[in-house]
Amino acid sequence: MRRIVTVVWVAGFTLACGGTESVGVPPRTMADALHAVLESDRTVYTRNVVNRLQNEEQVIKASEHWKDDKALPLPAQMFRMGSEMVAEKNAGFTYALISLWPVNKQNVARTEAEEKGLRFVADNPGQNYYADEELAGKKYFTAVYADKAISAACVACHNAHKDSPRTDFELNEVMGGVVVRIPLDS
Amino acid sequence: MTSLSSLLTITGGAVAVTIAAYLGSALRGERRTLFLPGETSPGHRQIEMRCELCHRESFASADDIQSACVECHGDELREANDSHPRSKFTDPRNAERTALLDATRCATCHAEHVPERTGPMGVTLAGDYCALCHPDIAEERPSHRGASFASCASSGCHNFHDNRALYEDFLVEHAEEPSLLAVARVPERTRIAALGAPLAAGAHDAPAGVAGVERAVVEWSDTTHARAGVNCSDCHVAGEKPWSETVDPGACGRCHDAELRGFERGRHGMRHAADLSPMQPARSVLAMRDDASERSLDCAACHASHAFDVRRAAVEACLGCHEDDHSRAYPGSPHALAWEKSDGSGVSCATCHLPRAANTDGAIQAQHGQNDNLRPNEKMIRSVCMSCHGLAFSIDALADPALIRSNFNGKPRVHVESIDWARRRLTAESESPSHQEEAP
Repeated sequence: MRRIVTVVWVAGFTLACGGTESVGVPPRTMADALHAVLESDRTVYTRNVVNRLQNEEQVIKASEHWKDDKALPLPAQMFRMGSEMVAEKNAGFTYALISLWPVNKQNVARTEAEEKGLRFVADNPGQNYYADEELAGKKYFTAVYADKAISAACVACHNAHKDSPRTDFELNEVMGGVVVRIPLDS
Repeated sequence: MTSLSSLLTITGGAVAVTIAAYLGSALRGERRTLFLPGETSPGHRQIEMRCELCHRESFASADDIQSACVECHGDELREANDSHPRSKFTDPRNAERTALLDATRCATCHAEHVPERTGPMGVTLAGDYCALCHPDIAEERPSHRGASFASCASSGCHNFHDNRALYEDFLVEHAEEPSLLAVARVPERTRIAALGAPLAAGAHDAPAGVAGVERAVVEWSDTTHARAGVNCSDCHVAGEKPWSETVDPGACGRCHDAELRGFERGRHGMRHAADLSPMQPARSVLAMRDDASERSLDCAACHASHAFDVRRAAVEACLGCHEDDHSRAYPGSPHALAWEKSDGSGVSCATCHLPRAANTDGAIQAQHGQNDNLRPNEKMIRSVCMSCHGLAFSIDALADPALIRSNFNGKPRVHVESIDWARRRLTAESESPSHQEEAP
């Protein structure tokens, strides 16, 4: 019930529509929409930029040390850079790429919802995890979406990386999750 | 009695008015330092009399002060690919860590006007602050077991903000390099575009009667400026003024904009950026020559109009003011001896402190923010030292304060284990450094 009442107000939406009443989008709908954009952009980058230029046409490599190596950023790095840029803009939500088996240990699940969410999406293919969270006295709507290995390059890199705690990932397997967090307090 | 009382009243009033007038006048100009709550950190001391640069307004909020920090230091942090950006600490998933260290504000770690707890780079936290968020790092990196958290930022290891210089794969890649590389050269500078056709001495356009014009023209006619078509008026005429004897750095920046931006980000030019009178050695916290104390630092102070000799600017100009141990030891150092050969292999003060590096447009230029690669000094390893020296030697050399004081006259007597640790880990050998074996 609270979720129905507590909505993410879309600033300017009402004025843009010429109406007089405030119109909102439920947090879950908003989170799903945000994730659709995030996932699509990353998939396009992975398939049409990195996989095409590195593996199919062999024009340029992708590298963890992309600046030094004058290479393409890895898809996960591109995703994280976007996440940081959104955070700097105080856009009203945050998102992160996390895993139960992260290469960088800073990207491990940090909250109970993240831990439960990662396990849920790994154990329940095709389903998302939703929860309300309270962190540092603030309430959030938190959604966790499965992050799958969509190309052979994802699997090869994670299985071979010296910092990876798992070396047996397979194509299309869940490697982690995208967590989208929307504040519920005004 | 009445007259005594009146006299005291008048005298007291006069004293109060005088004090009020003095304090009132001190609210403007350089005497505003009277109102400082404590000694300003070395990084801000030059501009401390412009309180509003940081405080924005009376009783400024913490947000106002933070925005002032970002206004001056934001670009530097972005260029450094800041490892701990504010967004890490505003992320709700890191709330527990932010409660331990609220690095959403610069002042949490860089408090101002607290000299009793201000350390290098203006850090006002205890040196082991990494432990607040990474207490279990030894579980991830067994090589770190037993190491003091105060040693995280040792040369060759980690920095809070700028970790571009060194990372594990880079350490391993360069582990085998010799102390002195077979080819030791800094990159060539990219020449900026000429304003016009070369000018001969007779083509100068200085007005008649300008003092010293004959000598200036002789010097100028033999410079890159004359060859690039830069005439007297291109520097000495600015805005509505028909002619100015002095040339503000801003005029130089019309052609040398990258150099001006760098100058204003360093200790030499930060007062210019703050619209204050030019920096003078007397204001410095470093040891300076007494006879240079009143020298004003503009572009010509180092580049010497009108000859604009970059070799002079690279050494003589520096030693004309700086008199610390490192500077005094330069003449006679291996770097200086090679510099005197003039065969391109030498190292001047500018080679290290104003390194040649690519700008965002790819042009190689001397970076005039001479403090940038000293915060901390291992930022110099890749931008400077590795042009001539191997990585392991460079790391150890910059971690040896005595060697730095002697201007690298000798070999490092300090050894940083970062390369050893990285190699052990890569080769899957036991991560058991010496201090781990000694630990209980």
